[in-house]
Amino acid sequence: MAKPTTPRPSRAKAASPARAEARATADHAGADHNRPRPDTPKDYKATQEELLQFYRQMVLIRRFEEKAGQLYGLGLIGGFCHLYIGQEAVAVGIQSALKPGKDSVITGYRDHGHMLAYGIDPNVIMAELTGREAGISRGKGGSMHMFSVEHKFYGGHGIVGAQVSLGAGLGFAHKYNNDGGVCVAYFGDGAANQGQVYESFNMAELWKLPIIFVIENNQYAMGTSVNRSSAEDQLYRRGESFRIPGIQVNGMDVLAVRGATEEALKWVQGGNGPILLEMKTYRYRGHSMSDPAKYRSREEVQSMRDKSDPIEGVKKYLTEAGVSEDELKKIDQDIRKVVSDAADFAETSPEPEMHELYTDVLVEQY
Amino acid sequence: MGIEIKMPALSPTMEEGTLAKWLVKEGDEVRSGDILAEIETDKATMEFEAVDEGKIGQIMVAEGTEGVKVGTVIATMAGNGAGDGTGDGAGEGSEAAPAPKAEAPRAEAAPEPKKAESGTSKLATEAKATVKDPALPEGTEYVKTTVREALRDAMAEEMRRDERVFVMGEEVAEYQGAYKVTQGLLEEFGGKRVIDTPITEYGFAGIGAGAAMGGLKPVIEFMTFNFAMQAIDHIINSAAKTNYMSGGQMRCPIVFRGPNGAASRVAAQHSQNYGPWYAAVPGLIVIAPYDSADAKGLLKAAIRSEDPVVFLENELVYGRSFDVPKVDDYVLPIGKARIVREGKDVTLVSYSIGVGVALEAAETLAAEGIDAEVIDLRTLRPLDTATVLESLKKTNRLVVVEEGWPVCSIASEIAAVVMEQGFDDLDAPVLRVTNEDVPLPYAANLEKAALIDAPRVVAAAKKVCYR
Repeated sequence: MAKPTTPRPSRAKAASPARAEARATADHAGADHNRPRPDTPKDYKATQEELLQFYRQMVLIRRFEEKAGQLYGLGLIGGFCHLYIGQEAVAVGIQSALKPGKDSVITGYRDHGHMLAYGIDPNVIMAELTGREAGISRGKGGSMHMFSVEHKFYGGHGIVGAQVSLGAGLGFAHKYNNDGGVCVAYFGDGAANQGQVYESFNMAELWKLPIIFVIENNQYAMGTSVNRSSAEDQLYRRGESFRIPGIQVNGMDVLAVRGATEEALKWVQGGNGPILLEMKTYRYRGHSMSDPAKYRSREEVQSMRDKSDPIEGVKKYLTEAGVSEDELKKIDQDIRKVVSDAADFAETSPEPEMHELYTDVLVEQY
Repeated sequence: MGIEIKMPALSPTMEEGTLAKWLVKEGDEVRSGDILAEIETDKATMEFEAVDEGKIGQIMVAEGTEGVKVGTVIATMAGNGAGDGTGDGAGEGSEAAPAPKAEAPRAEAAPEPKKAESGTSKLATEAKATVKDPALPEGTEYVKTTVREALRDAMAEEMRRDERVFVMGEEVAEYQGAYKVTQGLLEEFGGKRVIDTPITEYGFAGIGAGAAMGGLKPVIEFMTFNFAMQAIDHIINSAAKTNYMSGGQMRCPIVFRGPNGAASRVAAQHSQNYGPWYAAVPGLIVIAPYDSADAKGLLKAAIRSEDPVVFLENELVYGRSFDVPKVDDYVLPIGKARIVREGKDVTLVSYSIGVGVALEAAETLAAEGIDAEVIDLRTLRPLDTATVLESLKKTNRLVVVEEGWPVCSIASEIAAVVMEQGFDDLDAPVLRVTNEDVPLPYAANLEKAALIDAPRVVAAAKKVCYR
């Protein structure tokens, strides 16, 4: 029998199976079984070509972010720079299930990975990080404020939690236009404590908006762990009092992520209103580039890397499917080239012209 | 003993209303709490309850009668005991129109009690613009329209014209608007386009901004701009900055509208002018019209704009009537001030409800031989400094009239612009006539003291004219 709010046992041990069992019992007691529920997601059955594509995208994000970290260290990238390393399976798994140009995506400031997963050119992303005219926001947005209306990627927002209400608005537009699209609004475990998230949950369910709320629970809001900030630390339950069903997912496994997204899309496209996916994931790097790293141990990070790395996971699936080490090496090399070209482009592109200071303040002339 | 039932005041500013419906007839026994009648004002319909037991004697005012003055005897009642014949008007008082206990006296009781007046009454003026919109041809017909109707007409016309336009906010649909501004829209456009929200300003401002990013044209109503404080992050961080941050790629064409500024006897948290706040933000358009024609023409322009607009209305003028030109599709340019009265001796610059105060002051000044020019800024961002400087060239004296606080105000901004760009034209320092620099008090006398009025403007104008 399906118990969708029951977290699936985590292969990667991102969620402890013992605790998951205990929660399952509690949920059973409290759940309203008269209401329909989404089915328990199954791991996605990917073709070899799909697995290769996941691998390519995840490696691209990893190498891109490592390069961004280097350029930051060299002073070529300024301000805040939030890297996605460790969380690659989430954006790649979810966005592989969406239709670019039809479904919309919005996220917070840790946005490079989502853009790459949506097929946006690495050159213009990297050039934005270095503040160049060729950047996707023409150098005026920076790491946290990037958009591609063409891809229906709506940012890239710097205010924690704002993207959740804005995402509900994108979902509202999908419904208003009856275009069949779904919005995916990503936010972190930190943003999950913002008041506007719940205002949005309420209206999204009330109006049955086509939106998938995705909590990327990387366990730390800056340096504050979920346990230290959240009275209900099982974040997939956070929608229940609004009648939004929640599913906890192993966010370190791209097939689990994709499988849950399929189920979520089915639910939302069936006119059932929003759904909440809690992706249990982990960031290897600091919150931003200036992170004291005092709030967790080096061993904790290393243990995650060793046991749960999403790229190693996909590599294992590929090896099992008979893809040779050489073929994967070839992909790695190709991606290194793409990333180093992006870095060259971003370093050599000119800065915006001075007159750009005054453009784009308003659309019209008054 | 006979008791006279009088027309109740259902809100602090109500002077008259329509006796919409009697729910009792002559000879009926009523008990306290029974609903006697429905009374309608321009803001709302409310039920009028009996506070005494007794038998309805004679009904003096028939149902359907309009313009029944507060205090008029509308029925008599044979009482079972001594009591106060006036009903308690507290029905479903909206946030906007709190219904006070109307403590009217019994018929034989005298004298009339001192009515607690609002300090905002002095902001009300009959003074009108003496200059019509010069863009309109001679012989244009005008229709008397309240500001409230003009705003509604603007929204309705734009909704007919563009499917992407929708209206969202608290009580905009079934309640017909907390201030009745959205009256009739639900009926014409249906629930898809006229949407009641929960009380959740931050959330629905964000949903509106997101919908605008997604290609729609939302009109987001705040019941008052005081409540928009809960949503200011989306107005500024999400709406105003998007176009710039995205290098011109992503737009947010949204209108945030609702009443702004001091209202009657609602005290500090419900009485504030946000004009200077929003006008400080690059990326926003800020409009604050005074009369019906500007309300209509500028709201239409705001809805059509591809930029985010903060549209500041004023509750105290919603019910006032002004001429609106009878032309198809009356759209006004954003960012253009309007000379509403021509003069040569001193320039009075104002916006929103302050324009009425300035016009009233100009009439007084005229009687004393000072010919004042009055400019209605209409748009606060971008500010039409050219019209102000041009007028200054002629008058060489300038007073800014602002129903708002003095510090970091629009008045301060005008003074700075005039210093920088019109210094040589000044024959006297620029003076600011603004509200007192305090939160707005509740007590009528203090409220009155805190707000601008025409005598203060007259005094300032005389001072800069050295008279």
